Amino acid sequence: MSKFLPKLILTTALSATLAMPAFAEKFGLGRAALPEEIAAWNHDISPNGDGLPIGSGSVEDGEMIFSENCAVCHGEFAEGVDNWPKLAGGDGTLADKDPLKTVGSYWPYLSTVYDYVRRSMPFGAAQTMTDDDVYAITAYILYSNYIVEDDFVLSNENFLEVEMPNAEGFITDDRAETEYTIFTEENACYENCKEVVEITKRATVLDVTPEETTEAAAEPVAEETVQVAVAEEAPAEEAPVEVAAAAFDEALAAEGESVFKKCKACHQVGEGAKNRTGPVLNGVLGATIGHVEDFKYSNDFLDAREEGFTWTEENLIAYLHRPKAMFPRTKMSFAGLKSDDDIAAVIEYLKATTQ
Amino acid sequence: MSETQNDNRSTGQGTSRRAFLRGAAATGVGLAASQAAADGPDPLITEKQDWAMSLGEGVDETPYGLPIKYESDVIRRNVPWLTADPISSINFTPIHALDGTITPQGCAFERHHSGAIELKKEDYRLMINGLVDTPLVFTYEDLERFPRVNKTFFLECAANTGMEWAGAQLNGSQFTHGMIHNMEYTGVTLRTLLEEAGLGAAGDLADKWVYVEGADASSNGRSIPMEKALDDCMIAFKANGEALRMEHGYPVRLVVPGWEGNMWVKWLRRIEVTAQAIESREETSKYTDTLADGTSRKWTWVMDAKSVVTSPSPQMPITHGKGPLVITGLAWSGRGAITGVDVSKDGGKTWEKARLANPGAPMALTRFYLDITWDGEEMLLQSRAHDDTGYVQPTKAQLREVRGENSVYHNNCIQTWHVKSNGEAENVEVSS
Repeated sequence: MSKFLPKLILTTALSATLAMPAFAEKFGLGRAALPEEIAAWNHDISPNGDGLPIGSGSVEDGEMIFSENCAVCHGEFAEGVDNWPKLAGGDGTLADKDPLKTVGSYWPYLSTVYDYVRRSMPFGAAQTMTDDDVYAITAYILYSNYIVEDDFVLSNENFLEVEMPNAEGFITDDRAETEYTIFTEENACYENCKEVVEITKRATVLDVTPEETTEAAAEPVAEETVQVAVAEEAPAEEAPVEVAAAAFDEALAAEGESVFKKCKACHQVGEGAKNRTGPVLNGVLGATIGHVEDFKYSNDFLDAREEGFTWTEENLIAYLHRPKAMFPRTKMSFAGLKSDDDIAAVIEYLKATTQ
Repeated sequence: MSETQNDNRSTGQGTSRRAFLRGAAATGVGLAASQAAADGPDPLITEKQDWAMSLGEGVDETPYGLPIKYESDVIRRNVPWLTADPISSINFTPIHALDGTITPQGCAFERHHSGAIELKKEDYRLMINGLVDTPLVFTYEDLERFPRVNKTFFLECAANTGMEWAGAQLNGSQFTHGMIHNMEYTGVTLRTLLEEAGLGAAGDLADKWVYVEGADASSNGRSIPMEKALDDCMIAFKANGEALRMEHGYPVRLVVPGWEGNMWVKWLRRIEVTAQAIESREETSKYTDTLADGTSRKWTWVMDAKSVVTSPSPQMPITHGKGPLVITGLAWSGRGAITGVDVSKDGGKTWEKARLANPGAPMALTRFYLDITWDGEEMLLQSRAHDDTGYVQPTKAQLREVRGENSVYHNNCIQTWHVKSNGEAENVEVSS
């Protein structure tokens, strides 16, 4: 431990203080944490298995749960979609240029997978999985990395038996020995430090710097913007409330907003919405399928567009119920909404946000 | 040239740097403007201006203000291709346009893993559990009743300058070095809270850890050695005198001076004393540094000494032509105080000492200046920081020699700007 600590920490004064916490002044603030409260939050899991809940999950179950909850970003085979993390593959690439770091090729502890999935995933619906589901997902990620067979069942009992391929691949920070001894005052040069200096790389050649977006914002547009804003506000004030009320059910739309959290990781809707992993959903109701111009749809969608398929409320209900039953090759690997009420609510929300 | 000038005057709007640069570079408008007086009286002086005759805004107009509209290009920016999604993502402080050392919260870079959340003080709870004598729960109000401290520290993301590892990539100090901010924090020491819970149950503290986690959906968690926890970590609820902004962890965040930003857990909800490092996702799969042979360094917490010239730089071209020029930048070290900064104008052949605006303070940003007379020659501008451990900021080549080319985090190399004779600057890499 002392290896990586700054020198000052090893002084006797501080060591003495470390050993004497009982002498510290108490203020009597706060209250005792109840066991139920600690149980509700204390979910971290250590490499030695401390903190693992009792439970189990199979690769087989994991495949289904992963497909429904994770594949939309991580891919059906944990291979990753777009810029989202790849969870499988990359063995033996760590010493290559641009190594592929996945659970299989890089993560040293399986406890980290369980801990992270349970606390942070799925993105946009964290802490909604059961402990057994998390075991199953963890098992499936192991399977997708060829670390276990397809009949494997992971549990708190056999958890520590799983060997992670890169478990021995880490060393503790060694900069003190390998760098701090070189990058020193003694070695700093001031005069004639090199004979020639040539430019070897230029950022403008790569040209990956975002274009200045403020040109529009900072130019005299400011006044126009104000006018536009006023123009938009005015009809809203004048518009009779009945018009809005007739178009959608506000309470139902509010419920739908909550349901839409499941969609939000991939879809945006409303003012300023942009395409993300999924297309922007403004005006989807009543539109021809695949109507967002700059989104790359699946062939199923493009074929349906040829045929003039329209997102009627009925079609949308059917699709949201089981997307893949309607379009087997849809890019949306969302399992579907089980509850009819949720579907009705989210459609109402789409109506409301597109008003 | 007069077009750019007229645009500025007639609209009263600041044009963007880049737009201005185009005009300046093409025609030398900056020079012409400073010579305007020679051609006749300046109408800004001889003609009565609106603002000198009519009234401005009253004191009831702006209960809490933003910068004046002419500064609307001094904003955080992000690089969309860096991440899959803008919610689990990062943006950059406009360090090129700031001066001094304190970063205003409103433009201080953000990094979230599940988005910035709105958490009310009334709904805030902080738990201390694990190897403590009495597991405790604090409300926000409780925290305000402990003895308070005020300290200024920089926070740098370990990935700052990470995109530059493979070569010069992003054209601007905001993008190359903007994952940093520097604020004055008000709060309680972590030591105070740990002692309130009592550390007797932990036994020998030398091998114990403190695990910290946030209340947001990522519930980002990190393990910190007990020595650091008891040394200088803070539970902060104010920054630069005001409440933390939502994006910086309102109402309470952890401050881990000199160590990588990921450990400064926002919306801090739990502190657990443990017998081992938890080895969370953020301390194994991320924030570890893979070396040439494929092994990786872990627990690389401290941010080594680093500096960058913020102006002139790609977003801050020289627009005034030859003559007096202020070269300025920032320097910092996670291992102590900055003791000096050297500047090279020839890509590292020769170095001269810059002037520190104030003596360096431990683990806080230091501003440096080099006041020169620019004769219009091209410059390969670099800066090099020294800290009070005797460490000197290395070149990228020196770092690659030790670490190989697969590192991402902890790139504290010397940065080079190629300043051309027209005042434009570009991010470049130079031979060693």
